[in-house]
Order: sequence, then C-alpha cells, then structure tokens
Amino acid sequence: MAAVSGLVRRPLREVTVRDAINQGMDEELERDEKVFLLGEEVAQYDGAYKVSRGLWKKYGDKRIIDTPISEMGFAGIAVGAAMAGLRPICEFMTFNFSMQAIDQVINSAAKTYYMSGGLQSVPIVFRGPNGASAGVAAQHSQCFAAWYGHCPGLKVVSPWNSEDAKGLIKSAIRDNNPVVVLENELMYGVPFEFPPEAQSKDFLIPIGKAKIERQGTHITVVSHSRPVGHCLEAAAVLSKEGVECEVINMRTIRPMDMETIEASVMKTNHLVTVEGGWPQFGVGAEICARIMEGPAFNFLDAPAVRVTGADVPMPYAKILEDNSIPQVKDIIFAIKKTLNI
Amino acid sequence: MRKMLAAVSRVLSGASQKSRHGFAMLPSLVSISRLKQSSHLGLPKCWDYSHSLKTRQASRVLVASRNFANDATFEIKKCDLHRLEEGPPVTTVLTREDGLKYYRMMQTVRRMELKADQLYKQKIIRGFCHLCDGQEACCVGLEAGINPTDHLITAYRAHGFTFTRGLSVREILAELTGRKGGCAKGKGGSMHMYAKNFYGGNGIVGAQVPLGAGIALACKYNGKDEVCLTLYGDGAANQGQIFEAYNMAALWKLPCIFICENNRYGMGTSVERAAASTDYYKRGDFIPGLRVDGMDILCVREATRFAAAYCRSGKGPILMELQTYRYHGHSMSDPGVSYRTREEIQEVRSKSDPIMLLKDRMVNSNLASVEELKEIDVEVRKEIEDAAQFATADPEPPLEELGYHIYSSDPPFEVRGANQWIKFKSVS
Repeated sequence: MAAVSGLVRRPLREVTVRDAINQGMDEELERDEKVFLLGEEVAQYDGAYKVSRGLWKKYGDKRIIDTPISEMGFAGIAVGAAMAGLRPICEFMTFNFSMQAIDQVINSAAKTYYMSGGLQSVPIVFRGPNGASAGVAAQHSQCFAAWYGHCPGLKVVSPWNSEDAKGLIKSAIRDNNPVVVLENELMYGVPFEFPPEAQSKDFLIPIGKAKIERQGTHITVVSHSRPVGHCLEAAAVLSKEGVECEVINMRTIRPMDMETIEASVMKTNHLVTVEGGWPQFGVGAEICARIMEGPAFNFLDAPAVRVTGADVPMPYAKILEDNSIPQVKDIIFAIKKTLNI
Repeated sequence: MRKMLAAVSRVLSGASQKSRHGFAMLPSLVSISRLKQSSHLGLPKCWDYSHSLKTRQASRVLVASRNFANDATFEIKKCDLHRLEEGPPVTTVLTREDGLKYYRMMQTVRRMELKADQLYKQKIIRGFCHLCDGQEACCVGLEAGINPTDHLITAYRAHGFTFTRGLSVREILAELTGRKGGCAKGKGGSMHMYAKNFYGGNGIVGAQVPLGAGIALACKYNGKDEVCLTLYGDGAANQGQIFEAYNMAALWKLPCIFICENNRYGMGTSVERAAASTDYYKRGDFIPGLRVDGMDILCVREATRFAAAYCRSGKGPILMELQTYRYHGHSMSDPGVSYRTREEIQEVRSKSDPIMLLKDRMVNSNLASVEELKEIDVEVRKEIEDAAQFATADPEPPLEELGYHIYSSDPPFEVRGANQWIKFKSVS
C-alpha cells in the first residue's frame, strides 16, 4: 500500500453540520470571555439537537445557561445583556418559537442602533433550526428567512454545509450587530468535507457574500440552506443531459449579495430561485424584483422562475409533506421549463 | 445666640421635624469644594451647576447672614413590605446641599416637561410625547439612591430619567424637536433617548423589563457590584414577559430592582379596571417588595438605597412600587380628564406635589429660604428657555444621513430609498 499511497488522495476531514456549529461556538467562547450561550436545554441536556454538546461541561453555568420556557423573556434578557456589553448567543429551540419573542428581535435588537443615532449597539446572535423538518407538522415547520430578511438593522444568514455553518456562526458572533442564523435540523447530521482553511480557529465566512457552488453556463440556480443540496443534485442529473447549471449558495439572506447573482444571470441569461419557505413575499420574490431593477434584466431570455414550499401550512402525512417542499424533480422541471426544453 | 436660634427654629418647625443648627459656612465655599469633587468623580452633567455659581454667589452673600442649617432630619412614611422583615428607615437626614440639588433637578424636570407641552401645542414637537410632570420625585429620588455606574432602563415616559441620568435639557428638547443636536441626532425622538448606563426610552410596553433583567445579568456576569433599575408602569405590570423576567431574575439572583411607577392609570384605564391585584409590590410573588410614597423624594431615595443594598448583597432581585401621579394625560393627545376628574388632579397638586413637599420641608427647617428657591426657579426657567431656543433653531439632521446607523462597525454601504433610483449612503 505504501507504494500506492502517493497516488491515493487522502480524503479531507469530514465534519457534520452539527459539529461544525459546535466547533465554531466553542472556539468563540474560548476566544472572548464576553461570549455566552443561553436557551432551552443548551447546557445540561447538551442541546435539544445536541448542537451545544460538551459546552456546558467545558465552560460551566456562567457561560452556558439553561433557561425556562420563556422565549420572550430570555430573548429580552439576551438583548439587554448585549446592550450592556456582553456577546450573547440566544438559541431558539426552533425559529417557530422565536415568534413569541419576535418583538425583542426586531424592536429591541434590530432597530436600536438606528434609533439611538449610533450610540447603542446590540452585538447578539439568534440561532436555531429553521424551516421544515420531518413529520413535525404545521406549527413546527415554518421558514422565517423572509420575515427576518425583511427588517433593516438585522443581518440574516442561512448556512447550507459544514463549512458555511462554522464560518458563518463565527462571523455572526464577532459581528457587532444582531445576526439571525437560520440553521436546518435535517442538515445537522449530514457530514461534509472540511477544507483545511476551515479547520483554523480564525476561519470566517464574510456575511453578505454568496458562493458559487457549481459553475455553469446555461442557467443560474439560486438557493439557500438545505435546498442548495437539492439544486446540486438536480444539476448533476441535468449535466448528463448536457445542461450545465450554475448553482449559487446565497449563504446570507440580508444583506443579499445581488452582485454575484446578477453577474451570473448576465452570463447564463436564465434564473431559477429555490427556497423552502412559502412563495408569497418570499426570498425568491425579492430576488426576482431586484433582478428587474438591475442590469441583469436585459440579459434574461425568459422570465425568472421561483421554486418554493407549497402555499399551505405544513401537513403531517408523508406524501403530503413530501409534496409541500421543493423536491429535486420540481427543480429540474422548473429549470427545463425556463430553458424551454 | 445659639439658644435664640434654637428657640426660633422650634417655633418655625412643626412637631414632626427636628433640626440641628450650626453656623453655616459661607455656602458658596462649601459648594465649590463639593463641585470639584463631583466633577472629579465624573458625575452626570445635571449635578454640576457651576455655571450658575457666580450668579448665586452674589445673592448668597445676601442670604448668608441668615445662617441656614447644614442639614435636618425628617420622618418619612413607612413602606408596606412584602416578604421582607425590615424595610427602609423611617427617618432620613437631608443636607442643605442635597436639598438644593434635588429641588433644582425636580424643578428642571418640571419646567422641561411644561416646555415640551408648549412646543407640542405649537406643533414644533410631533408624534408621541409622554410627559412626567408630577412624577419628579421618582426620577430624582431614584438617581439619588444609586451611583452613576449603576444602570437604568424605563419605558416611554422617559424625559425625566434622560435628564437625571446625565443628558442636558438642550439635547433632550432638541431630540424632541427632531434636530441634529438631539441626543439621538433626531433619529429617535421622545421614546428613544440613550445615555451612558441609560438604555432608553423604549416604545413597546413591557419589553424593557426583560431588557433590564439582561442588563442585570451583565452586571452579575462582570462582577462589578452594579445594579440595574428596571422601570415599568401600572399598565405594563400586567404584561406576561414581566413575569418571565421576574422568574429568571429570581432563579439566577440577578441584581435587578424592578420598579413599578404606579400613577394609577394605564393610558385611560384605571388600575382597578386593569389588574385583579393592584398590590403591584406583591406581584413579584417570590420576589420581596416594598410600596413607596412616590411623591416624597426622600422616601424614594431611602427606599432606593435600601433596595440597591439588598441587590448588591447578592440576594437577588427586589421590587419597588412607587405610588405617584401624572398631571398630564397619558400623552399629548390625551386631555387626561375623561377617565379622571379635574378635582382629583387638583387635589394631588395641592396636597402632594413633590416639589412643593420638598420646598416646604426645606423652608420650615431652615435649610433654605423662599427667596433662594425662587432664585433657583428663575435660573431653571432661563436654562429651559435657552434650551428651547436651541431646540427650535437647530437644523434638522441632513437628508444625506437618512441611511446612517443601520449597522455598527461596518464599512459604508448603500440603502434603498423610496424607489430604486434613490440611494442613501449608510455609515456606521
């Protein structure tokens, strides 16, 4: 085997999204005394989805705080702590529960720097799983990308893979502004290759910059979070038919990286957006509106098309749930329709 | 001479007051040394009245021969207690210097609020304007009981606290009139004023209470022995998030003083119509509480000292209910007489006005003369007048800065205006 080893590429280290977020938080907790984590079950339970596993054991009660079931209360407490100079990470067990606390996120956190004329900053991170899971039904499956993405003063990021997750959570924690980190429960257990630079303690992904996951020439496919994976699957299938898709991973919802999207559309002349959330007033709707306002409009050879979750509260039965979120076949269909093939 | 003065003082003072006489040094000398001390400690601007010292020095010479008392002891109302064995003391010593300071501060808040009323009616102030005249003993008394390094957060009836926490009347009025010289550069308005260790000014009823508990958490986290005064009204007291904050503050022993400023009405709803229990000082349940006469600045000060000591000792949160009253309606768009009688307002004004109460105490125990206090009134009026002039003449913030202060510590970027062609630069 020794003779062959020079020819065999050692695989890059594989890290799950869960472990990537864990690593990112661990490194930032170590780096800055002011960073702390609070939320339901984050400490002694190791996290409802085990994302904060081991952190309480390492950092103790002062830095990793279990809260009672009081979203509005503990989100407000986290914002107040940030106003007083600490750097809290406030976990919502899922973003569905953040609706109870949304006033604190928007009115107390997002708007304060502006209202105070630049006197009072709020360096806080709100994180947790967002969007559809599996079989958890309507009240536990909503995507909040559009809701939070709507508000000036907030930054909103939506990681897809492990590299995204680690780089974005670290940037979010170091950012002096309120940042909403929309994770995805179904992605937590998925392993990805971790490039060497991602293993550094200073690995940061800039907020506000999209990534082109796959170069292509025929059509631009823009997505965020778990659907990015579906887009890449669709692109693989279409590649065999001679259609090369350029797949863009938004990474950040707000501020949106329109330059990358526009440059791509000006190259491919076609656009499909893909998201898990509802269609009306969604992320895709915003992208389409902005494409019309910018230079890329004149390069479109067909109307831009959106692939989204179905316009219904998430049903429970598997066949209904499967058809309420964008599947690979729906993405392929939309791409072919746009390209008129 | 001393015996004569003592006899005179017994005649002058009522049975409930005791006073101690000494020959007062030329008051201005005492004041200078204290002022030097105060500026060294970096106390908020409102405590530094050296700018008017020269004017006062002249008239002081006239009254110096009166030989005021250095201080006097007063009896104050006993607080109702909840889950507390002992409460604040029932007597307190007020020095002449402190008395003059509190008087000036309360009078400044009073006149500032009345000026805001005037400017609002002239349409120079727009939108929401919630005035606190009548409640001066609360903001001044609370400040007197804590250190400048402690923290305070309140709701939207915040102009008085903005002043006592250290901002000038100029900056406050200019913020109300929406000018660039306002403390928030005209971006915030009446409900969104911030200062060092003062976190506003919050528009959403009740939201400031978890924020205050969070500031208290930071105090404990940093280990600096600081406390956070977290204020809310009788209307807000029924908000669910307040009970969530009570629970976590008690659970984690946060150094948070919850303060219910009970002025008997939540907008147009009297306390009896809003709360199943109007014993707001007991609503913290497992949190000890005290009910305080919020019209008596000395009562408020003592209760605050007591509460702050309790929190600093690590025992956890405590709750104070200040029973107070607002002369104005809920806001400038509320005449304030549809849900309460003019007689009630008049009765409070004549019997319990906080400024009058302090004035009577000081005059009756020879801590100050009527003329001297009138002189302070004149100075305050001038200060307010000058501030109002500034607030009316200062220009509005430049339109180019509409997009500023979206994000902190970020490089400049562009913000969209009313259509895609209008862009504003955004700078941190």
